[in-house]
Amino acid sequence: MGKIEWAMWANEQALASGLILLTGGIVGVAGQFRGWQFAAYGVAAGVFVCLLEYPRGKRSKGTSVERTGQYCFTVCVKSFGPLTRNYYVRAFLHAALCVPGGFMLATVLGCVCLGISSLIYLGAAIHGEQWMPILPQKEQTRKPVGESIKNPPQNPPPRPPAELRRKRVEDLEGAAYVNPIAVTAND
Amino acid sequence: RAAFVVWMGINIFLFVWFYFFYDLGDQFFYTRHLLGSALAWARAPAAVLNFNCMLILLPVCRNLLSLLRGSFMCCGRTMRKQLDKNLSFHKLVAYMIGLMTAVHMIAHLLNVEWYNNSRRGVYDGLSTALSNLEDAGNTTYLNPIRSTDTPTYFVFTTIAGLTGVIITLALILIITSSMEVIRRSYFEVFWYTHHLFIIFFAGLVFHGAGRIVRSQQTTDPPHNFTFCKDRFEEWGRIPECPVPQFAGGFPQTWMWVIGPMILYVFERLLRFIRYTQKVTYRKIVIRPSKVLELQLVKSGFKMEVGQYVFLNCPAISQLEWHPFTMTSAPEEDFFSVHIRSAGDWTQKLINMVEELPEGAQGPKMGVDGPFGTASEDVFDYEVSMLVGAGIGVTPFASILKSIWYKFKDSNPKLRTRKIYFYWLCRETHAFEWFADLLQVLEREMEERGMGDFLTYKLYLTGWDQSHTAHVMVHFDADTDVVTGLKQKTHYGRPNWDKEFEQVRKENPTSVVGTFLCGPAALAKVLEKKCAKYSDVDPRKTKFYFNKENF
Repeated sequence: MGKIEWAMWANEQALASGLILLTGGIVGVAGQFRGWQFAAYGVAAGVFVCLLEYPRGKRSKGTSVERTGQYCFTVCVKSFGPLTRNYYVRAFLHAALCVPGGFMLATVLGCVCLGISSLIYLGAAIHGEQWMPILPQKEQTRKPVGESIKNPPQNPPPRPPAELRRKRVEDLEGAAYVNPIAVTAND
Repeated sequence: RAAFVVWMGINIFLFVWFYFFYDLGDQFFYTRHLLGSALAWARAPAAVLNFNCMLILLPVCRNLLSLLRGSFMCCGRTMRKQLDKNLSFHKLVAYMIGLMTAVHMIAHLLNVEWYNNSRRGVYDGLSTALSNLEDAGNTTYLNPIRSTDTPTYFVFTTIAGLTGVIITLALILIITSSMEVIRRSYFEVFWYTHHLFIIFFAGLVFHGAGRIVRSQQTTDPPHNFTFCKDRFEEWGRIPECPVPQFAGGFPQTWMWVIGPMILYVFERLLRFIRYTQKVTYRKIVIRPSKVLELQLVKSGFKMEVGQYVFLNCPAISQLEWHPFTMTSAPEEDFFSVHIRSAGDWTQKLINMVEELPEGAQGPKMGVDGPFGTASEDVFDYEVSMLVGAGIGVTPFASILKSIWYKFKDSNPKLRTRKIYFYWLCRETHAFEWFADLLQVLEREMEERGMGDFLTYKLYLTGWDQSHTAHVMVHFDADTDVVTGLKQKTHYGRPNWDKEFEQVRKENPTSVVGTFLCGPAALAKVLEKKCAKYSDVDPRKTKFYFNKENF
């Protein structure tokens, strides 16, 4: 149970609002409703919000799960720097974007949903959260191997001659190693 | 799968039936004149919504479901599967509700716009005449928009419109906070927001109270629309065309949802009562590999083999309830669970308990359950083959203990005389406690000269070079290097043909019951083997694979 990062929920809500605003807008335009200009606005605003909110931000604690194919969107959104990083900006942006939606029935739901997500973003901003892009991990450069590997030893390690090294039946205890199988003298 | 087909079939039927009811019904002829097929497109999803809103509360009534259900739910895997099945169904129904709400809403957007246009006289003469029907004296109205205010004004000043907007908003908030990302990481947000369903159902019940979907009523003399539709200027003045009368449909949604709503209230009440019942710790043991064994006592608690409980620890999280299969036998005067670290909650619990002084009570714990009606079949067979794979071994702790208790008490319910237990796992890490249990049973049986009662084989399916080296070096040891048990560990998967052969050879005339707690693929294998090694001759060995159990 990590500490709540409100931005995560605000993001889901905003993305949903974008879709709802877009759908309402399409219905308003296609149905040639009275006030269809607001519906057209809804389409544009809806698309914009979707593009802005599609890339998930990086979580400050825990693993971040990307949305499919969000990398290009991440790059775009990242390029706006502090405008997209700061959640106060997003909160006010969504609050402003949602207002025209309230003038027409088809977009009113999108308006309210976007307004709610604006409030959640405000909460996130007050908590000091920020949007950080999820970028692929850079290749870990392998630690370079020490220089000494280039100078292998020239001579074998010092040892007594082979006859002395072999285990003798009379002196099993004095040997330098242990056999897993019992030693028998060669007959 | 069959349930899904039935559910989808009902959805499709409801949609199509109500679509045509509204699109072809004569009583809606005039309504359709104003709205076109958008009327049917709004009412068809409404029917599907009624059906699904009725269903959505049911899969989450776990206490009530466990009372109803007769099937056995035992091991971690199938228990989670059963729970998952309930939750999957809940989510599926929720998606349908979301989808149908979208269709319903879009259709009504069109309806409201067109009603509004009719009111303003934008359409043909008939539409204007229909819209002009007053709601006074001996006339009834058809067009619910009574003035030329905007559609938005209409929506927010009618019961249907206002409740519709509010409950759709609630639904959207519920859905966004239920996305997996939010649910897994910020459970509180998910759970608290989900309670907006109360607002959803409240609004839903009143949504149709305004009765704004109007149909033509029979008048005396009758008003034949085919004849009269072109004579709207003469309505009320010629005998064949009296002024048509309309009435709204009786709100029906409450009939669909009131039952489940009441059931759900009972469910929450039951959970709360169970939660407040006192639970004391009889013993707390930290097992090898950081497995926590909790022995708990709760008055009035009765369990059967292989059941599970939900535990809640307010000190860790007020809201989270986690399921654990019980590892104690019903014959014991306590119930126990073995908890391994598998996430935040379990890890926190283990940490808390590790810091407790000797003999102290553990943190306050709420217990819900037991769930999963156990099958008593496992005691019915003279010879049992019990197969536990991985975490599926947990309920077998309960079962083996119960069998041993029953044997010691000469319980007549127990017909088992021989048990073959196959324990398959990748590695024994985190299951040392089970090996300990087997050791204890092994010892007790030897003391009674019953060494043959239980034959068990451990199959380590995740062995590697270091394992084999270790085994080779300790080949001579009397007890197994991995488990410390007298019976040896095998490496790799069992050769089931050999195993069944052996069981058949050792029990030439018995009926053998095979029980599995593990993956479905293994279930298929065992089922085939049971069929293969069963003899047609009734005097010879017969294997029965218990499919719906475990």
